Formats: sequence, structure tokens, C-alpha cells
Amino acid sequence: MTASFDPPLDHAPVSRLTGRTAFIALMLALLALLPVYTTLSGDAFVMTLFTRVLILAIGAVSLNLIMGYGGMVSFGHAAYLGIGGYAVGILAKEGIGSGFVQWPVAIAVSALYALVVGALSLRTRGVYFIMITLAFAQMIYYVAIGLERYGGDDGLTIYQRSGFSNLIDLNNKTVFYYLCFVLLLASIYLVSRLINSRFGLVIRGTRSNERRMRAIGFPTFRYKLICFVIAGALCGLAGALLANHTSFVSPALMHWTRSGDLIVMVVLGGLGSLFGPLIGTVAFLLLEEALSRVTEYPDLILGPVLLLVAIYLHGGIEGLLQWRRHD
Amino acid sequence: MLYFIEQCLNGVQLGMLLFLLAAGLTLVFGIMDLVNLAHGSLYMLGAYFAATFAIVTGSFVAALVLAVVASLLVGMVLEVVAIRRLYRRSHLDHVLGTFGLLLFFNELVRLIWGPAGMTLPLPPQMLSAVEIIPGIYYPMYRLVIILATLAVAALLYVVVMRTRIGMLIRAGAANREMVAALGVNINLLYTLVFGLGAALAGFAGVMQAPILTVQIGMGENILILAFVVIIIGGIGSIRGAFVASLIVGLIDTLGRAFLPDMLHLALSTNAAATLGPALSSMSIYMLMAAVLIFRPEGLFPAASR
Amino acid sequence: MTSPLLQIDRLTKRFGGVVAADAITLDIPPGEFHAVIGPNGAGKTTLVGLLAGEVAPQEGAIRFERSDITRLPVYRRSRLGLARSFQISSLFSDFTALENVALATQAHRGHSFRFWRDARREAALRKPAQAALARVGLAARAQVRVDRMSHGERRQLEIAMALATTPRLVLLDEPMAGMGPEESAQMVATLRQLKGAMTILLIEHDMDAVFALADRITVLVYGRVIASGRPAEIKADAAVRQAYLGEKEGTGHD
Repeated sequence: MTASFDPPLDHAPVSRLTGRTAFIALMLALLALLPVYTTLSGDAFVMTLFTRVLILAIGAVSLNLIMGYGGMVSFGHAAYLGIGGYAVGILAKEGIGSGFVQWPVAIAVSALYALVVGALSLRTRGVYFIMITLAFAQMIYYVAIGLERYGGDDGLTIYQRSGFSNLIDLNNKTVFYYLCFVLLLASIYLVSRLINSRFGLVIRGTRSNERRMRAIGFPTFRYKLICFVIAGALCGLAGALLANHTSFVSPALMHWTRSGDLIVMVVLGGLGSLFGPLIGTVAFLLLEEALSRVTEYPDLILGPVLLLVAIYLHGGIEGLLQWRRHD
Repeated sequence: MLYFIEQCLNGVQLGMLLFLLAAGLTLVFGIMDLVNLAHGSLYMLGAYFAATFAIVTGSFVAALVLAVVASLLVGMVLEVVAIRRLYRRSHLDHVLGTFGLLLFFNELVRLIWGPAGMTLPLPPQMLSAVEIIPGIYYPMYRLVIILATLAVAALLYVVVMRTRIGMLIRAGAANREMVAALGVNINLLYTLVFGLGAALAGFAGVMQAPILTVQIGMGENILILAFVVIIIGGIGSIRGAFVASLIVGLIDTLGRAFLPDMLHLALSTNAAATLGPALSSMSIYMLMAAVLIFRPEGLFPAASR
Repeated sequence: MTSPLLQIDRLTKRFGGVVAADAITLDIPPGEFHAVIGPNGAGKTTLVGLLAGEVAPQEGAIRFERSDITRLPVYRRSRLGLARSFQISSLFSDFTALENVALATQAHRGHSFRFWRDARREAALRKPAQAALARVGLAARAQVRVDRMSHGERRQLEIAMALATTPRLVLLDEPMAGMGPEESAQMVATLRQLKGAMTILLIEHDMDAVFALADRITVLVYGRVIASGRPAEIKADAAVRQAYLGEKEGTGHD
């Protein structure tokens, strides 16, 4: 792996730390104030775009947990966006509109799928693991296409956002935006606690040198699997949010290119850093948006950009800005 | 019974196409340790090249030859310009970079040929059906696909096992530093291997075009099937890829053909109608899962990696 | 009569046509400092792999404190008290020395399904880790990242890792590999301090170290035990001399 680790705070020079912290603080402040801008300017599109950013950032945070900290490159992570989304969609169609049921189901089913896929895939590593996670994601994509009752290839419209009694009204776009924001911050906080806990150290050690971990007495498979499940569950939550945001789910949500997008978001932001996934998601979605306005063929530019990132950028954007120690 | 034999042959035909793709992928991975997500793009380009050349020359065979040569050239140029800069990077970077290439090629094809896709008409001599066993007819072109791909597979075997270049390829797969140290021009070898993989993919793309499709994104679906083949057969192993391709081709084809009906026997109509299509597309992934449980290194793992 | 801590019983491993371990039989009583030596290709690496659990034998058994561990996975053996160090340093290069050893400590202090509290501040992990580092003379280098340490320091760290798992038996795989004379002497001093406190199985090329430290020595040639006994006996053994004919005695570095 090319990226270096989340630096323990006592090692980084103070100036770099301040610069990085300032950037993140600024970004968070802008995100927090965005609805104010929307209200003042009347530009609803920006809020829609950034709600999507926040939701996908949660997905990226979950992928970063297994990929950046755990060293498990999963090319099937979009499956959980789909599972979470379809849980909401299917339950809604069957008459269960309560978020109190939908969202736990979304998380639980995602966790279950992650458990099965992880149990099978984590027996392999490296390229095998990448291909296998890809294959399993493709499998669930086809399953979704085969679900005629729930729209199949055309997808499923969700007429009502998840209901939470009188607690919170998701139909209010601003409220929904802040909910996503809070959930994103909560996810990042959760990951921050996780990676320095006993469990997290085992995961990071396994990424660093699995053979060594086993030699000192850790049953590494178990830990990787649990990490994988946690990531899947968190991404399932993102899926539920996404379904609410777009009021629509379709198999395209789980297409393997979506998994590729998630990987790009994580890598762009810098593997194995807490706020990297957010930075990367913002960068990627803004880039996508900008390119699609400039040209009818955005991938002609995006593709080579990704290639260049792969060839030249060690630690993603943060590496570019020299806030991370080089290997 | 007729239907069963026909489906079996279709399975073999799919298997052979998969083999061409998987062989290229596994060669590149085995020798250069590179995961290439853009392999499907080369398959797609082969089909598009052939469709265009067919219009220009009016001959299927000419189109085939030209398309394969074009694929070879594109592969080699791609290797020199982009791929070779990825070798020293991690697998994640390979995935990222070749994913970028995949997106690029899809868009490029859309730019050059438009979004609608193309057709490659069947060569007129092969429009008929052949009586392979008394009473059983099979489309001639599909038969040609099977025979042609078998011929290519045999050719590949001869080249890899019996020629000097092939020996270098096998040696490179086993120990690339040694081969470089022996003074072999590793750069050239890699370019040739990548080009070979591209040519195989392009050939497969051309052969399937008259009966399946020529459209954007066609490479992705079959690429994943090729990955499944490699997982089942074992990375780095061409023999494994051959056997696994046949198995996957057969199971996928037979599964789609017979599973829905079998489900109708066992389950209610509603359940079968809902589950049928979903399960039949899942059949090869179930197989892959089974292989992972019982033999995670694949059926014929190559010794090296 | 105390039963042996480690019993290796006709352990055999074939790789294709090559017999890397040929019916190796060896008993190691608790507290002994036992060295295994042999010319290149003798099968020492294979033996380590078999004992550590990374390689499965075709025949034979390994018993540790009376229980059969022959088929036990690597991590379980560590749990039982069988620690090992690696011939080629295998550490967590992006972590500090202290963090490395703390992980080893963590593996043997309760479970690690704790998801919230900061384990870097756990005194129960840091203190024993610091102690282990001190034991091998690396106390001053605790905060240094492994990829910035010298080769000799990493070899010392390997030992510290093994010690941190509070083992009953330590399997040391050529700890002095690649070391100069000064570093080797320091390593010998470290090992001498451990002698008696735990059972040690040392695989080594360095004859000075072996004869200085070992209670008993076993000689392997082409996977077979050709001699086993006290250092003086081994020195005098004709078969051993013949095996080493042409082989440089003294500080044998690869």
C-alpha cells in the first residue's frame, strides 16, 4: 500500500497540523452554513448536491475504514448503498413507512450481507479479494434487476420519505441536510474512536503485517470480518439516506462502477485519514459536476485524471498538499 | 433433449469466449502483476473496429483480421503510454488507474461511434445450420466460434509452451527479476504480452459481435465473468482458466435455460417468477462461493503467486 | 522426572521430492537453552515453520506441555505460550517500537473486542511493553518508528516482541542474522540474561554464540538429526566435524 498512516499527533510538526486543522475546520464551517446560503440565494441545487455529497461521504468513511485502515480493498462497497436503499424502498412499497423500522432493517441486512460476503472473501487477499468483492457486488446487482415486483431494471419510486413520527420531518430539505451532516460527523467520530481502540489497533496492525499479527497470537480473520461488517452496516445507513434523498432506488445504485467511484473518493482524499473521505467526496463530486458542465464527454477528462492520480499521487490530495508524511 | 444439447453447445461457446478474455487477464496478471480493469474495453474496441472495417471492406474475414491487428496495436500503445507506469504501484493503484481508462474508453467510443451501438452482420456463408448429429442442428456461426477459439487456444498453448518467447513468458511469470537480470528486454516482453492479451480480447469481441452485441459498456459484464473464471481456475494458470471457462460458460448458460423451469416445479408460480431470473444469474457466483469455501486458491493454482 | 516442555516426535516434511525434515525427534525440558545448528540447507527454516505452525508436516507430531499442537494454527500456538522471532525482521514498520511491543502485549491480555477506549493510553499495555523494551536495551528508542531503526535494533525488537507475549518457550530464528561483531555481542548478553528464566530454542549460525549460551545442541544435516547433546560432546563428535568440513567455524554469516 502506498499511503502512510494516520499520524499520531505527537509526531507531526505543529505548522502542518495547524494548516490541516484549519482547512478541515473551514470546510466543516462552510458545510454547516450552506443551508443559510441556500435560503439567502434561493439556489436549491447547491443544497441538493451537497446533501448527496454528505451521504456519499458516509459511504466513503465506511469504505475508508476497511480500505484505508484495514488494507482491505473492496470493489463491491456500493452493494451496501443498494441494500440499504432497497430496504427502505421495499418496505415503503409494502406499506411500512416508518423510519424506525426501515433504517434498522437497512443496517441489519447490510450487516448480514457483509457477514456472508466477508466470511467468503476474507479467506483470500490482494487481487483475489478485489475480484471477489467485485463479483459479489455484481451478483446482488443482478438480483436487484431480477426483482420484477420492485421495479427490476427500471427501479422503484419511493413516494414517502421515511417517517419518524413527530420527531423529525425528512421532507424538509434543510432538516434532512442537517441530519445527514450530523450523521456524517457521528460516523467520523465513531471511526476515530474505533481506530485507536484495541480493536482498531488490531485492524491496523493486520494491515501493516498480518503474518506478524498471527505470530503474536491474534486470530486476524475474526477481526477483519467484524470490521468488514461494521463498514457494511454503516454504508447501509448511507443507502437508506440516499433512497430518501432521491426518492428512488434502482439497480444502478449498485453497479460496480459506483463501487469504483467510492474507491476514487477514498483515494482522492487520502487513505487512512479521518477527514480524507469527506475531502475526497467533495473533490470527486465537484469535479464530476464541473466536468459535466464543461463538456458532453466528461469521462474523457475524468478517466485520465484518475490514471494520473494512480500514477503520481501517493496520499491523495492531502499528499499533494504535503500534509502527510511520505513513506 | 435437443434443447439441452443446444444449450450445452452455447455454454461451450460462451466458455471459449470467456477463456480468451481470462487468458489475456491471467497472463498480464501472472507476468506483470497487474490488475487490468480496462481489459473489457479492449474487447469492446475489437468489436467496434470490426464493425467499422466490415462496412469499409465488405468482408467479415478482412474485418476480423484488421480488428485483431488494431487491437494488438492499441494494446501495445496503451502499455507504453499508460500501463507501464503502473507496475511499481500497489494493486489499489492498478484498480484506480485502469478504472480511469475504462471510463475513458467508454466515453471515447461514445464520442467516435455515438451512443447507439453498431452491428456486425453474420458472414453470408455462415448463415445456415449444421447437422452435427443426425437430427440435431446447430447454427454454423456458433460452431465456427467454438472451433476458432479452440484453434486460438491451441495456438496459445503452442506459443507459450513450445517457443522461445513462450519460455520467456513463463519464466517472467515465475521470476521477473531473474529474467531481467539475464539481459532480456523486459520492457519489450511486457509490451508484447500486454499486446497479446489485447489481441485475444479483441478477437473475442469480434467473434461474439454478430450474435451478441456491439455497444458501449459491453466489456464490463463479461470482464467480471472473466474474473470469476480466474478465481475458480486459479490466478496465473492458463490451464485453470480453460477448465474454469468451460465450467462457468456451461453453468451460466444451463442455469439461465433450465433453472426457472426447475424452480416452477418446486415453488409456487409467484415465487418462481420472482426468484427465477435472479437465481439463474446467481448460479456462477454460487459456484465461485463454493470454490472459495473448499479450495480458495482455485482449481489449478499456478505455482508462483 | 519433569516431562519435556516441547516434544518433537518424528517430524517429517517433504516438498515434492525434497525431504526438508526427516523424522526429527527432539525433547526439550523446561528451562533449557537449546540450540539447533547445521550447514546451509539443513532444514532449520523448515523446522521453524513446522514449530510455529506456518507449515504442516506430513508425518510426526509436536507436543507442547503434553498437548498435541501439530495441527494448531499459528495464533493458537502463540496463545499457548510458544513465541517466535523471525529470521528476516517482520515488524510493523509504520508503528513505533513501543507500539509494536504493546500490540504483542495486547494479544495476551484479555480480548481485543473493545471498540471505544483509546488503547494507546492503556497502562496495562504500555507498562509491560516498556519493560520488554528495557530488557533488550531498547528503552531509549521506544518512540522511534521501526522503519527508522537500524538493522540491529530491529533484531532486538524481534526479541522484545517475543518476550512481550509472556511465553513459556521462545523460538529464536537466527536472531543474529546480519549483525556485526559488536551487535552480536550485545545480543548474546541479552540472551544470556534470558537464559534460565524461560525455555529457549535457538536456531543459529553463529558458533561463538551457540557454544557460549547453549545447554544442549542439536545438529541438523539435510533434515536429519545427526547428533544431539552437550556442547563439549558436539564439539568432539566426528559426524558433526565431517558435516562442517569446508564450512567456516566461528562467526558464520550468510
